[in-house]
Amino acid sequence: MKATATIVLTSLLIVAGIVPRPLIATEIPASERRSGYTFMGAETRAMQDDDTTNPGMLGVLDGEALWNRKAGSAGKSCAGCHQDAKVTMKGVAARYPAYDKELSRPVNLEQRINLCRTRHQQAEPLAYEKHELLALTTYVAEQSRGMPITPDPTPELQPFVAKGRDLFMHRQGQLNIACTNCHDDNWDKHLAGAAITQAMPTGYPIYRLDWQSLGSLERRLRNCITGQRAQNYDYGAVELVELELYLMARARGMPIETPAVRP
Amino acid sequence: MRRQPVPTRRRFLGLAAGAIGALPAAISVRPAEATPEMMATAIRAVTGGAPVQTGKVKLDIPPLVENGNSVPMTVSVTSAMTANDYVKSIHVFNEKNPQPNLGNFYLKPNAGRAQVSTRVRLADSQKITAIAKLSDGSFWSTTADVVVTLAACTEDVI
Amino acid sequence: MTAALINVPKKAKAGDIIEIKALTSHVMETGYRHTATGEVIPRDIITSFTCRFEGDEVFRADFFPATAANPFISFFTNASKSGKFDFEWIGDNGFSQTASASITVE
Repeated sequence: MKATATIVLTSLLIVAGIVPRPLIATEIPASERRSGYTFMGAETRAMQDDDTTNPGMLGVLDGEALWNRKAGSAGKSCAGCHQDAKVTMKGVAARYPAYDKELSRPVNLEQRINLCRTRHQQAEPLAYEKHELLALTTYVAEQSRGMPITPDPTPELQPFVAKGRDLFMHRQGQLNIACTNCHDDNWDKHLAGAAITQAMPTGYPIYRLDWQSLGSLERRLRNCITGQRAQNYDYGAVELVELELYLMARARGMPIETPAVRP
Repeated sequence: MRRQPVPTRRRFLGLAAGAIGALPAAISVRPAEATPEMMATAIRAVTGGAPVQTGKVKLDIPPLVENGNSVPMTVSVTSAMTANDYVKSIHVFNEKNPQPNLGNFYLKPNAGRAQVSTRVRLADSQKITAIAKLSDGSFWSTTADVVVTLAACTEDVI
Repeated sequence: MTAALINVPKKAKAGDIIEIKALTSHVMETGYRHTATGEVIPRDIITSFTCRFEGDEVFRADFFPATAANPFISFFTNASKSGKFDFEWIGDNGFSQTASASITVE
C-alpha cells in the first residue's frame, strides 16, 4: 500500500513538474511574497475575515478565559503579571520565536507560555497541540493581528535562523525532497487539488479545515516532514524552532493574521 | 469496508493524498456510503410521499470545495413569511456521505426571512438536495452538484 | 473547555429582520472514523440547537454527523421588542451548552 502510494505521489510530483525540474532553490523575492490567504477560495477567505464566523475565534475566547485563570502553586494567572493582554501582548507574536538566555536557545510562543507556567506560576506545562495551549497561544498571537512580522534581531539568534534555513533547503526523506523544492520553486502549482503556497507562517495557530481544529506551526511542519517521508522531530525540538525562526524571517513585514483559516 | 470500491480518479487522488502525509485513516477509509436510494428514503420520511415541486428554494454551496470537512452552505426560500404563508422547515440531503442527512431547520412565521446557513461535511463529490416544507403543506426543492477536492498533505489522527 | 460565540445585534428598530449567528466548540465526532489500530471512534455529536426569544422558540435545527466540527448556524428573526435570546445545544453523552444575548428594540 505504502509502495503504491509512493509511486502514485511520485507520478503526481512529475505531473506537477516538481521532480524532473532542475533544482533552483531560490528564495522568493520580497515583492512576490504572498500569504496562504491569497491562495484560498472566496468561501474560506470569508470564513477567516468575519470574526463572528471564524472558528479560530472560539480558541481566542477560551484563551482569554485561561489568561485570567489562576494556575499552579504560585496562585497566579497570566493577567496577574502581564495585566491586559490587549496591551502587553501586542506585537509579541510578531517577533517570536525569541532567545531565552537561561536556556541559551530560541523558544517559540508555546514554549514561552510553558516557561511562564513552570518558572512563575509553578504549574505543569500544558501539552502540545491540546486545546488549552493552542487557545492561550491563539489569544496571545491574536493581539498582534495586523502587525508586521518583525523577527527578533538578537545576535545570539542568528545561528539558529541560519540552521533553520539549512533545514529548509536540505533534501531529506524517502522522497529526497526539500521544503524549498515545493515552497520556493513550485508555489504557483498544485499538488492533487491543493495549492502549494509559499510557506509564510502569517496566521498561526491556524484553524485548519482539514484538522477541524486549531493547530500550531510545529504541527504543520511535522505534517510536511511526514509528507517528505523523513524522520520527524518531536514537538519542541530545537530543529522545529529553527525552522520557525527561518520561516518568520522569510515572512518579515507581512501582517499577522492569527487566527487564520486554511483549507 | 462494505465492498471493494472500483479504482476511480477519486480513489487515485485519495492514495496520492495519503502519500504526502501518512494515510489518513479517518478520511480515506469510508466505512459505508449512503446511496441515492437511502437519500430517497430519507426524503420520503420528511414528505410522507407528497409530491415535491422544483422551485422557490435556493441552495448556495461552492461548486468546488477546498476541504470537505467544512463546506459553507446557505439555503433560502422565497416566501412572504406571514402567519398564513410561511416556511415551516428546510431539510438538506446528500447521497454519498455515510448518512443521508445534512441538516433539518425549523422556522417560525416571524423569522422574517426564510434563510439558514451552516457548514457541513461532504465525503465526496456529489449531488445535494434541499427541500422546503411550506405552511400550506406543499414541498419545494432544488439541487446542486459539488466537487470535493482533498487536501494534499494529510496526516495521522492525533 | 467549551465556548460559544453568539452574534446578535445589540440594537434594532422594531420590525427589522435581524441575522443571528452562533458558533460553538464541539468535535462533532462522526462515529465513522477509526483509530490507527482500527477501533471505531464512538459518535459524539451535538444533535439539536434551539433559539428562544423570551421563552418562545424562534428557530431550531437538527445536527448530524455531517455537521462540521465547531458547528456554525445562522438564521433570521423579526425584531419586535426588547428582550433576551436563549441558545441551547444538546448532544450525545449528555452534552449541554447554553448561552444568551439581549437586544434592545427601539
